[in-house]
Amino acid sequence: MINIDTSIENDVATIILNGDVDASSSLDLDNAINGVKNDGHKKILIDAQELHYISSAGLGVFMSYIKDFEKEQIKLVLFGLNEKVLNVFKMLGLDQLLSIESNAEDALKSVNA
Amino acid sequence: MKKSFQIPCSTNYLKDAREFFNDVLNEVGLDDTDQNAIILAVDEVCANIIIHSKCKESQQINLSIEVKDGKLIFEITDKGKHGFDINTYEGPDLDEIIETKRKGGVGILLVKKIMDKIEMFSSNGINICRLYKTI
Repeated sequence: MINIDTSIENDVATIILNGDVDASSSLDLDNAINGVKNDGHKKILIDAQELHYISSAGLGVFMSYIKDFEKEQIKLVLFGLNEKVLNVFKMLGLDQLLSIESNAEDALKSVNA
Repeated sequence: MKKSFQIPCSTNYLKDAREFFNDVLNEVGLDDTDQNAIILAVDEVCANIIIHSKCKESQQINLSIEVKDGKLIFEITDKGKHGFDINTYEGPDLDEIIETKRKGGVGILLVKKIMDKIEMFSSNGINICRLYKTI
């Protein structure tokens, strides 16, 4: 079960996650990212401060956008991941393939760089 | 110590399964990150069984956890017809998944990284998966 809110400030879209992303809820995450992409946003932040759990279904969503975002020059930055969630990204080396920052301030700098 | 739990065969109940394992493992005293990784591995197996067996929500998946001699032994049993065997499953590698933009495929990779041993077999129409982890 995941609650997802999206906020737009200036030219940055922030997707705020609250709950767990697993096989039952990964489609909601996918729809949220796809939504801001289709609206033409080139700077996307993922606020994961209240993301309590992620399984491979959630990782798969992020992985599926890597190529398209490179091609379309869309920047996606995750921030606020707790240790447990970050460890899941690290197990597959995804922390090297995705842009991950510890807090909102650094994430904003990174997405605007 | 051995504890059991059942969930209906639907991904909507994966959270209940995770909470059951979390409650049991809280008594074992693992590091938070390790505990989450172990629960993730079991969650991935359950999700695969549910998705591949195309079972109905009225069917049950049985879960158990045994803490014995410094080992955790998880058992997941179902009656689905998935014919899915983790040990012979050759998943795509990470580069291939990213290249082809597919949204699944890394779950089993995670299970193999996290668990020490995986057994999967069928007996009398019941599929049994056992996961072993030394703590």
